[in-house]
Amino acid sequence: MPTNTPTALNTAPNFHEAGRRFFRDFSPGDEFYEHLIDAHNGLSDEQSEALNARLILLLANHIGDLRVLREALQAARQTD
Amino acid sequence: MGAYVNPIYPYKSPADLMATPPQRKPLIVIGAGPVGLAAAIDARLQGLEVLVLDDDKTVSVGSRAVCYAKRSLEILDRLGIADEACGLGVSWNIGRTFLEEDEVYQFNLVPDAGHKRPGMINLQQYHVEEMLIARALELGADIRWQHKVTAVTPHDAHATLTVETPEGTFDIKADWLVVADGARSPIRRHLGLDIEGRVFQDRFLIADVIMKADYPAERWFWFDPPFHPNQSVLLHKQSNNVWRIDFQLGWDADPEEEKKPEKVIPRLKAMLGDERPFELEWVSIYTFQCRRMTDFRHGRVLFAGDAAHQVSPFGARGANSGFQDADDLMWKLGLVIKGQASEKLLDSYAMDRQFAADENIMNSTRSTDFITPKSRTSKTFRNQVLALAKHHPFARKLVNSGRLSVPSFLTGSVLNTPDAEAFEGNMVPGAPMDDAPVQVNGQDAWLLNQVGKGFQVMLFVDAPLSPDVLAQLANVSLHGGSTPLRAIASPIKPTLLIVVPSPLNIPGMNVIVDTQGLVAKRYDAQPGTTYLLRPDQHVLARWRTLDTDRLQAAMARALGQVGAQA
Repeated sequence: MPTNTPTALNTAPNFHEAGRRFFRDFSPGDEFYEHLIDAHNGLSDEQSEALNARLILLLANHIGDLRVLREALQAARQTD
Repeated sequence: MGAYVNPIYPYKSPADLMATPPQRKPLIVIGAGPVGLAAAIDARLQGLEVLVLDDDKTVSVGSRAVCYAKRSLEILDRLGIADEACGLGVSWNIGRTFLEEDEVYQFNLVPDAGHKRPGMINLQQYHVEEMLIARALELGADIRWQHKVTAVTPHDAHATLTVETPEGTFDIKADWLVVADGARSPIRRHLGLDIEGRVFQDRFLIADVIMKADYPAERWFWFDPPFHPNQSVLLHKQSNNVWRIDFQLGWDADPEEEKKPEKVIPRLKAMLGDERPFELEWVSIYTFQCRRMTDFRHGRVLFAGDAAHQVSPFGARGANSGFQDADDLMWKLGLVIKGQASEKLLDSYAMDRQFAADENIMNSTRSTDFITPKSRTSKTFRNQVLALAKHHPFARKLVNSGRLSVPSFLTGSVLNTPDAEAFEGNMVPGAPMDDAPVQVNGQDAWLLNQVGKGFQVMLFVDAPLSPDVLAQLANVSLHGGSTPLRAIASPIKPTLLIVVPSPLNIPGMNVIVDTQGLVAKRYDAQPGTTYLLRPDQHVLARWRTLDTDRLQAAMARALGQVGAQA
């Protein structure tokens, strides 16, 4: 990807909820993370893997924009 | 360099307390730890007689609670020992988090300037306790060492205590009893009161090391460092060349074995490098729980600090929340003891601090689950957050190596009056007040040192005073800054604090000059803006104009005279 292309994928902190006020900037992200880990509670590793797959598919459809999804896939491939 | 030697406080014969038994005291505090001592000092500052009973005769053995947050320092400032604590303690604002050898995330506890106190100081608990004891004694608190309370019998209007001393046992009554006897709380157990929550299956090693080192005064946290693979490590600088190093060991570690110097020293050498000389001051293995009592108030018996709630140590939310308990409790208890408020006000202590305890438990549980993942999936998520953090800002925000103690916004407190007008910023009803630099009588000063003296009304005016404001001031019959707002028909009348943008003399009034405009900015104030403040430096209510009817209604609510919340 040429460096001058504006990115479609938002990687700035973005967790929020309409109608709720968070006085500490880490709180909404921490809340999401807690929900994420809780969702896996009591599952086997295999069940967790399947849950993750379903979750990715749901969120990908919600986002819909293929440009964003391509960038997200690319960012996730990067491991260094 | 040399290890700390615990002082021994003199035992005083209870002969006077045993004479004509059972005696009755207005206020007894069980436990001369940080929380009990803070409560005792606050009581003395209000002119209340207080008896403190402690089963030991010295301060904390080991450094234990070493991180004192900005809010605690503001409370200690009001109690009179913050300068001393900050002078001896190590101030810091920056925390760094490393994955293996790379820094992945950094936070600054106080990113904006204009606060008297730093984000945090590190100071051994024994030093803090020594300062609190000296202050409490200076103010006339009656502290009795080697006085172990073995039984408490609650009654409608008092509690009866049985106290064991080297000279025998006696009974004594307390109109009000504050229980601050620590996490194991013998009194809570004795009364059979529930405390429920979660036990974490992990063990940690604390080592206090005396050494000369030039690491900066910052909090350093490692995930999976080369010197302690697959586990976490935390480094803190304390006063007098003492360093706190905290190693995660895992649940299978044998605590007795791990405490042995021959096990601890190689761990330290691996971390510090072989060359650096150091001395081991204190070693402890700990596990922890996150839990709280269902109700902090049981009639005349009030629980505070670790006795009432416990958290994991990640975030320094133990002693810090305990100081906030004492801060919240004591103004309410003072009003009740003096007959200026109904004892119903104390229910708001339980509600405010239970809310805060839940928030502390929530944050410390989230940190713990991030630091010590409980499943393979959880660990994968944690490690991939850390991996993404190298490139992506959102992931840095998710890195949770401990969310450090900050006071709760008591937005749901029954004492608050909800906003009826629009305000920007964070100083909502229930907010712990933001500090700001000001001038008083031509001298540099701090906003928080001007408040915390009973209920106060902070009124922002323009300079020079507009006819409207002059009319308002006349309307509320002000007679001098320390004179209560007389027009308020309340048993307790708030005093008035006037905030002006540039020096202005208003004879007989408490005037503070907002030299940098930061008070107005942080409180979103315009001329006429009026804040009603709690004695513990929280916002109760705010309006765009000073209106005595609304102020009066807000005061009634603040004294617990209004049951249901609007």
